[in-house]
Amino acid sequence: MLDKMHILICGGPECRNSKSKQIRDKFNEEIKRLNLGDDIKTILTGCFGLCALGPHVLIYPGEKLYSGITLDDIPEIVEQHIAKGKPVERLLFKGVFDRTKFKNRSELTFFAKQERVALRNCGIINPLEINEYIARDGYEALGTVVTTLTPQETIDEMKKSGLRGRGGGGFPTGLKWEFASKSVSDQKYVICNADEGDPGAFMDRAVLEGDPHSVLEAMAICGYAIGANTGYIYIRAEYPVAVERLQIAIDQARELELLGKNIFNSGFDFDIEIRLGAGAFVCGEETALIASIEGERGMPRKKPPYPAVKGLFGQPTNVNNVETFANVPPIFLKGSDWFKSIGTEKSPGTKVFALGGKIANTGLLEVPMGTTLREVIYEIGGGIPNKRKFKAAQTGGPSGGCITEESLDTPIDFDNLVKLGSMMGSGGMIVMDEDNCMVDVARFYLEFTVEESCGKCTPCREGTKRMLDILNRICEGNGTLEDLDVLERLANMIKDSSLCGLGQTAPNPVLSTLKHFRDEYEAHVIDKVCPAGVCSNLTKYLVLDNCIGCTKCARNCPVDAITGKVKEKHYINTDICISCGACKAACPVNAISTKPEDWEAYNG
Amino acid sequence: MANLVNLTIDGKKISVPSDYTIMKAADSIGISIPRLCFLEGIHEESNCRVCVVKVEGQNGLKTSCSTKVTEGMIVNTDTKEVFEAVSFNLELLAGNHKFECWKCSRENSCEFLDLLRRFNVDNDFSDNKKFDIKEIVRNETSDAMVLDSSKCVLCGRCVSACEKLSGLGILNFSNRGSKTYIGPAQFHNLEDAGCIYCGKCIQACPTGAIREKDEIKVLERALRDKSKTIVVQVAPSIRAALGEEFGYKIGTNVEGQMFAALKELGIHEIMDTNFTADLTILEEGTEFISRVQNGGVLPMFTSCSPGWINYLELYYPDYISNLSSCKSPQQMAGALIKTYYAKKLNKKPEDIFSLSIMPCVAKKAEANRPEMGRDGYRDVDLVLTTRELARIIRHRGIPFRELDPIKPYGDLAQYTGAATIFGATGGVMEAALRTVTEILEGHSTPVEFNEIRGLDNIKEATYRVAGIDVNVAVVHGGAAIKEFMNRLKTTDKQYHFVEFMGCTGGCINGGGQPIVSAINQEKYDVRKLRSKVLYNIDQNTEFRKSHENPAVKAIYKDFLEKPNSHKAHELLHTHYNKRSFYDVKF
Repeated sequence: MLDKMHILICGGPECRNSKSKQIRDKFNEEIKRLNLGDDIKTILTGCFGLCALGPHVLIYPGEKLYSGITLDDIPEIVEQHIAKGKPVERLLFKGVFDRTKFKNRSELTFFAKQERVALRNCGIINPLEINEYIARDGYEALGTVVTTLTPQETIDEMKKSGLRGRGGGGFPTGLKWEFASKSVSDQKYVICNADEGDPGAFMDRAVLEGDPHSVLEAMAICGYAIGANTGYIYIRAEYPVAVERLQIAIDQARELELLGKNIFNSGFDFDIEIRLGAGAFVCGEETALIASIEGERGMPRKKPPYPAVKGLFGQPTNVNNVETFANVPPIFLKGSDWFKSIGTEKSPGTKVFALGGKIANTGLLEVPMGTTLREVIYEIGGGIPNKRKFKAAQTGGPSGGCITEESLDTPIDFDNLVKLGSMMGSGGMIVMDEDNCMVDVARFYLEFTVEESCGKCTPCREGTKRMLDILNRICEGNGTLEDLDVLERLANMIKDSSLCGLGQTAPNPVLSTLKHFRDEYEAHVIDKVCPAGVCSNLTKYLVLDNCIGCTKCARNCPVDAITGKVKEKHYINTDICISCGACKAACPVNAISTKPEDWEAYNG
Repeated sequence: MANLVNLTIDGKKISVPSDYTIMKAADSIGISIPRLCFLEGIHEESNCRVCVVKVEGQNGLKTSCSTKVTEGMIVNTDTKEVFEAVSFNLELLAGNHKFECWKCSRENSCEFLDLLRRFNVDNDFSDNKKFDIKEIVRNETSDAMVLDSSKCVLCGRCVSACEKLSGLGILNFSNRGSKTYIGPAQFHNLEDAGCIYCGKCIQACPTGAIREKDEIKVLERALRDKSKTIVVQVAPSIRAALGEEFGYKIGTNVEGQMFAALKELGIHEIMDTNFTADLTILEEGTEFISRVQNGGVLPMFTSCSPGWINYLELYYPDYISNLSSCKSPQQMAGALIKTYYAKKLNKKPEDIFSLSIMPCVAKKAEANRPEMGRDGYRDVDLVLTTRELARIIRHRGIPFRELDPIKPYGDLAQYTGAATIFGATGGVMEAALRTVTEILEGHSTPVEFNEIRGLDNIKEATYRVAGIDVNVAVVHGGAAIKEFMNRLKTTDKQYHFVEFMGCTGGCINGGGQPIVSAINQEKYDVRKLRSKVLYNIDQNTEFRKSHENPAVKAIYKDFLEKPNSHKAHELLHTHYNKRSFYDVKF
């Protein structure tokens, strides 16, 4: 495929923000200007994954990775690298910490540790070109399934693979398909849940933008297996690029008769339509999603009946998430045994994570199940910046919990995360360091759930709001020990008695921070101190002895609470200080502290 | 018949059909699991989470209203976990509830209050220094009803009732999460949203969040105003239901005590809407005969039910010419009270306070229609529902159960059996047929028309009258109205006369009638029990045909001349208008 020179430009969301489209145009312009011929292809691909350092350009042959380039750098790259074969070392990607040596893409730990199944084509093919997908064995799985397997054999293979739903719950996909297939009806539906709503998660978006056909192909396979010939992709309207690319992909697939009537002359008909969601988090819950497609208010319905029995428009329906579908074609191409060879026994395969927070390599990665959190954070993620200490990682977004240092070596899979009081969720992973206040983190997630609760059932609608009221009071310094007790009891009650997954998991961030960081809660309510220095009412700032007297803090203070001469230690007048934290952010030598122990030392 | 399955609830082993829910199974052995949002057949969404139980071997708690029994299931309804969940959920709801129980329309029929008492719930979440109390949203500008979020527990029963019983779906959840409240779409007022005021939502509500527009104070003012002569009229169906408010069994006739209580309240003149029901039959029957004989618009539609009138004006205005021009019995009575009767009492119309007790909230809006009055005064000054009447009787300490029955002492109170069955579905049609057949045939015809009685949503029959096959239909409840009107648009069948009522079962199940709790709605068909009262009265009255009513004969002789006369048209007939809703205003 890559004998000729190919310039791959990352077209993921972050890189698009950094003008990746203009970068492609500039490359074309320069190549034309220098008359370098038509053989050089420039391709805007899906997300590479290394989102923090974009925009990225990958040049084959040689897989040289450029990062953080600007439009002005392009003439040099074209003149030197493209025309003369001399990579511009100055601009090559050199890692986050050790910036002395550049490495080729496959040598980077970030990529080397990954195993890409769902993201196999992301960052490699042009998502607007069905032929590029086909060139990488696209639609071969569908062809094989509909011409050589019976629906039951298809389901059996799926069950054998052990693939579990990547949307969060981890329910075995083959079993789900079997339930829908066993429901008798003339009309069944396949739905792809692309209503990705966790704060900080963009795994599904990357797949849809980078490799839309893999989802279409998988939906058709699923339709064949369960006896459905209509599919819907429910995608949030906030993903306009994904919507556009999906529509182009659907049109291209229809043109090549890979969707539509009599696919591969097998007599099997399948077509797909897109439905836009209005951005309600709860519409990621499958029954609420179904209600939304039907034109009703997006509120969950009681289960049973499960969608496999009575789903969209009252008909048997199978709902899978984007990443789950993206795993399906490779399973049929390479076999369930191959798939099972990746990951752990009970959670085979890989998982895509969106890594964010206090981490060097913010971005998208796919690792085999069973990889430890330590590998993800310290090797692939490149560790915590600014020499800060790791405190916790939150998986599963607002439905999950935090994982602490002592669990860093636990292999990540569905069951282990639940055991740790968190959950896989759709794959958001936020890393927190010592500067994060865990009460504030819990409050952040709860605020999200309170906003996104649909209002249908009592515990979630009323209970989460009351929990948030309590957390707000704690963060403002008005909490009591009794509040902690009510908080915990409410949390357990909401978990036990809510109607849908949103409510049942909403208390997790609170419960897990209460379990692992109760001392922080107690510091807030008893000592009236926020140890991380986040909750401004409970934070007092102090200049330490390593102050170099650079005056930056004083200049950044909005209320002139800091005094001191140049090259001498500065002082903060706590009566004037409004605890905004501007000084701490400005200090180049970490000489401003909010830590209770520093205050104790200061007070003698 | 479903198979039997064995399970254990609270240590008791039982066998129940496999299609039972845990709640139903528990009910069958006298274990009453608390419930708030569950309204059988109407709202089964499991969203209040008050009916949760522990099923051994399963995670979390399960809602007993929706979880089906399975073989060997072990259920506990009263573990610590269950108690904590139920009482916490109730306490959370209480936190946003504005407790004004002494003046609440549901002072003695609040399912929420019953649960708070049963679980002895604390009220810690109502402390507005510690917790954000929800903003109150009230939709109170309509003439008939009020939606009040400060009493709402967001069970959603009204939403389902509106959709399934009225066939309209006007109410739904607005906003989200802790800001959720119930109302028409796009923050519209009820009167702009196509609501017909059938009040099925009120009957579904477990609290006072949806209620009639409370106008007891207006009557209290009138009672204090010594210049006013208060003349009351009471609809046929009140006597069949009012007793429930005072502890009588559903289906008890309390006519005599009802009149006695009105007298005790200090009402001066007591009339009976039954009288104008008879009058309606003569007016409407004559109109019908004239339409048949003179090629008028057919089928003719009855016009007694204001819920139905609203439905037609809002949703099927093309059929307005099919409506009988007769006013409803309430408005006929109002017009006569302020003219004929005022003169008899030697009073000026403005010194008469015309009070109407109705089973209906739409009647409140009907009385306010601009055409329902003349010379600057209203024909009906105040409409109170059965429930409001019961409340004022209670508030004034009148010992209803101990009252000796009396007869009404106004002039316009004599009635026939035909009038009394107006309160039940099919009753208006049957009353009309009793009179119309006799007039057309010229000899005595049968009294009872059983084909159009009963609770089927749409009843049809054909009667041979004076050589013509008269096709009649009886339709009740918004959902059935919708179904029938759609049928009418497509069918070739020539209907002649159709009775419509806005409420399923007719007035006996009107939106202003005493509230029947969700549990009792499951146990009894209220419509059947209450309508039986009316049919019993019918059987035992001296006259059973409207045209035989001596008082009706007298008023035509003294005042109205003859049915459909000029005078009758002026006072007893009206017109209808096409109305629109959800007008987008910029």
